[in-house]
Amino acid sequence: MEHRKYNAINRSVPKKDARQLLLGKPVYVDDITGNALVVKLLRSPHANAMILEINSSAARKVPGVVDIYTWEDVPQQRFAIAGQTYPEPSPYDRLILDRHVRFAGDVVAIVAAEDEKAALKAMKLIKVKYEVLDAILDFHESKDSKILVHPEKDWFPPVDVGGDAGRNLVASETGGDGDIDAVMADCEEVLDHAYHMKSFNQAMMETFRTYTGFDRYGRLHVISSTQIVFHVRRILSRALGIPKSRIRVEKPRIGGGFGAKQTAVCEVYPAFVTLKTGRPAKLIFTRKESQIAGSPRHEMEVRVRLGAGKDGHIRGLDLYTLSNTGAYGEHGPTTVGLSGHKSIPLYTGGLEAFRFGFDVVYTNTMAAGAYRGYGATQGIFALESAVNELAEKLGIDPTVIREKNMLREGMKMPAYYGETANACALDRCMARCRELFHWDEKYPVREMGDGKVRAAGVAMAMQGSCISNVDVGSATVKLADDGTFNLIIGAADMGTGCDTILAQMVAECMDCSVDDVAVFGADTDASPYDSGSYASSTTYITGKAVELACAQLKTKLCAIAAGMLGCSPEEMCFEDGRVRRINTDQSVSLAEISVKEQVANDIAAVATASHSSPVSPPPYMVGMVEIELDRYTGVVKILDYVAVVDCGIAINPALARIQTEGGIVQGIGHTLFENITYDRTGRPIESGFMQYKIPTRLDMGHLRVEFENSYEPTGPFGAKSIGEIVINTPAPAIAHAIYRATGVWHRELPITPEKILMSMSEKDAEL
Amino acid sequence: MEVCIKVNGRMITEQIEPDLLLIDFLRRHGCFSVKRGCETANCGLCTVLMDEIPVLSCSVLAARADGHKVETLEGLQKEAEDFIGFIAAQGADQCGFCNPGFVMNTIALLRENLEPTDDEIRAYLAGNLCRCSGYEGQLRGIRNYLNSREKKGDIDGTQEI
Repeated sequence: MEHRKYNAINRSVPKKDARQLLLGKPVYVDDITGNALVVKLLRSPHANAMILEINSSAARKVPGVVDIYTWEDVPQQRFAIAGQTYPEPSPYDRLILDRHVRFAGDVVAIVAAEDEKAALKAMKLIKVKYEVLDAILDFHESKDSKILVHPEKDWFPPVDVGGDAGRNLVASETGGDGDIDAVMADCEEVLDHAYHMKSFNQAMMETFRTYTGFDRYGRLHVISSTQIVFHVRRILSRALGIPKSRIRVEKPRIGGGFGAKQTAVCEVYPAFVTLKTGRPAKLIFTRKESQIAGSPRHEMEVRVRLGAGKDGHIRGLDLYTLSNTGAYGEHGPTTVGLSGHKSIPLYTGGLEAFRFGFDVVYTNTMAAGAYRGYGATQGIFALESAVNELAEKLGIDPTVIREKNMLREGMKMPAYYGETANACALDRCMARCRELFHWDEKYPVREMGDGKVRAAGVAMAMQGSCISNVDVGSATVKLADDGTFNLIIGAADMGTGCDTILAQMVAECMDCSVDDVAVFGADTDASPYDSGSYASSTTYITGKAVELACAQLKTKLCAIAAGMLGCSPEEMCFEDGRVRRINTDQSVSLAEISVKEQVANDIAAVATASHSSPVSPPPYMVGMVEIELDRYTGVVKILDYVAVVDCGIAINPALARIQTEGGIVQGIGHTLFENITYDRTGRPIESGFMQYKIPTRLDMGHLRVEFENSYEPTGPFGAKSIGEIVINTPAPAIAHAIYRATGVWHRELPITPEKILMSMSEKDAEL
Repeated sequence: MEVCIKVNGRMITEQIEPDLLLIDFLRRHGCFSVKRGCETANCGLCTVLMDEIPVLSCSVLAARADGHKVETLEGLQKEAEDFIGFIAAQGADQCGFCNPGFVMNTIALLRENLEPTDDEIRAYLAGNLCRCSGYEGQLRGIRNYLNSREKKGDIDGTQEI
């Protein structure tokens, strides 16, 4: 492990936009865009239906209504709205408007009006005749069902991922290493359980929203709350049938994303209105729309067969995941992979064989998408629960059983694309977490009187740091007028603070203060290409690009300085924010170079670098929770949550800590109360924050977070990722604590007080 | 109908539709700090002060504010400046979309209760949702601010942001 003294990184500097945000300045889509047509979407009340007729003549007469569009008006080229590198693994299964509506909430018509009132009034006057079809609501019944979610002939997968629309399959695969059947047959203990994580919403505070207009050159100018400006440009180009070169996409500040905005959920609609009317248009999703027609987590059921010895040695893991992608396939083929690839490697220790298979199916429910954790959350809930079940069955302390089997630094991970764990402090995370949490005191179940009982649970987690061999991160660094720097990126700060941590890296490389780095991003016209902010990649991938760009810029600054001193560039070196001629006292300041850059100069003081990585080094984490469970009501109160994270080197420890705390609280939410459910006709129930309860500050107890450093040689300054892993431990850890308190394993989320109470009375009845 | 509302010290007299919500009235008058996070009075993002009392402007008709004094974060910048540096020092601003409502309600809390305990802070701000920060950093920030006020010295909150 490297112990270096840094000037700008590994420091908790405030976010560059903190003041603007905390003082409520206008920095979001709806604050900075002026008058525009109001776009509203009429949505299907049916889960599966064909549109027979749409009569909008009365609606068109409403004063202020500009136009109304239906399936007959849109281009007939199918596309995907998943923000992924081309060719996307997600199937092209959407039209802007389709005659076949596939979930309750699917878009039927687009209304454009001068104001919101007119648009809402028009929506009520549009008469639609549907032929209501049978719907598939239970994802267990989807594969090979007679009901087809996508019967259309032009369904098209750009990449073969084993999908077949004729079987409602988006993707299917099986892989593994070693002879899993032989190993399992030889194991003294074989556990076999299915773990069901439901779908739930990102519930970022700013709902989906997009403004579109024509710029001064007649190009489509899109200002959107998005994590993926470049992917949005490509998606719009295909959906609208116009060249990418005619589209410019930028993002202002973003009110949270968590992956929701890695899908172009709302961009196509206002863009279509602008193309049709020639006028600026704006679509702002209501909270209800974000809830019922957003891009939530994939519901997954993960069956785990775990083979072990009586001594707790885990020898074989056999996982099968059934994933529900909903009505459309965004991120379906890719999220599911993480449920195995980012859970099984945690037990590389003594693993002799593994198998991992999956099916991803369509249903007539809201289309799922990307959500922080991206499948790993589901897989880790399953596998970590199974390991806790094994420990409890064998009577071995669950931290001890993990120490026996866990991945350690230097191990090759057959279940993780054969990569080697070059930086892994998982063992130290466990040791430190035990100490900080006082595991030995808190693990035993404690009766508190009056039906209250205290208990503890534990889980480990991993994630990746990018999509290896795919993601591209880029950075442009240029010398500004007075010797300061501009950093221009295509990655999207959605509140995570990447603008700041990347500026810290520039400051570290260029020996300047973080205040002397101005950040700009992201804009498809101005930013260098970046896949976008997802897959935990920004620190690791774009960060490395920043390092590389700085190195190139130094070479150019040396060349300009050499010209000023009348010597050759080879004689120059960059040192303490100046360029000095080696072995002399001659040097020039950056401010002097920036003056020279503007007079008789032919060397641009700007450098752009791109970076991709052949590996995706996992961050690791251990989480421990103490709960108090009320046996009379089934209510679980979180008392204490302790997490120790290995994200390599934290570029900004304060921001890394907040990421961790925020992820844990989101995880507490989906474990205990967040849920997306449908009535028997397929209509969504949790349509707002009235029904869909996210944690308040009264629901999360006390959080304590620490870091165990490792040094990842391929990352910038040894850094790995932090953004996603942090959501993965609460579900298995809390489920474990609930078992400790009640003697019942809950294998389906959320674990509500009702479920706890009913399971306890069932258990009592058995006794 | 005509309303007279004093917004951040400036009297506005205007003809409005009777069903206009206060949040939309305020945003129409340039108070962009006032954010809509739900439509059901559940998130606290649209918190403003009406006659010094925090209210959810998504659940108040503009007509109800007739003859009253309304303050948004645009009008309380100086008071906010006192403590936002402590929130920023924790990185707890995050995406920022909930910040104005949170800051407004914190101002109301600190006006009402000069020395709140952690539990009092949690209880007072319970209606202000935040999806990013996990709340603990916001609490640490407020606590550090209160401690610094007590000591008149300062730990890490006066860093310029």
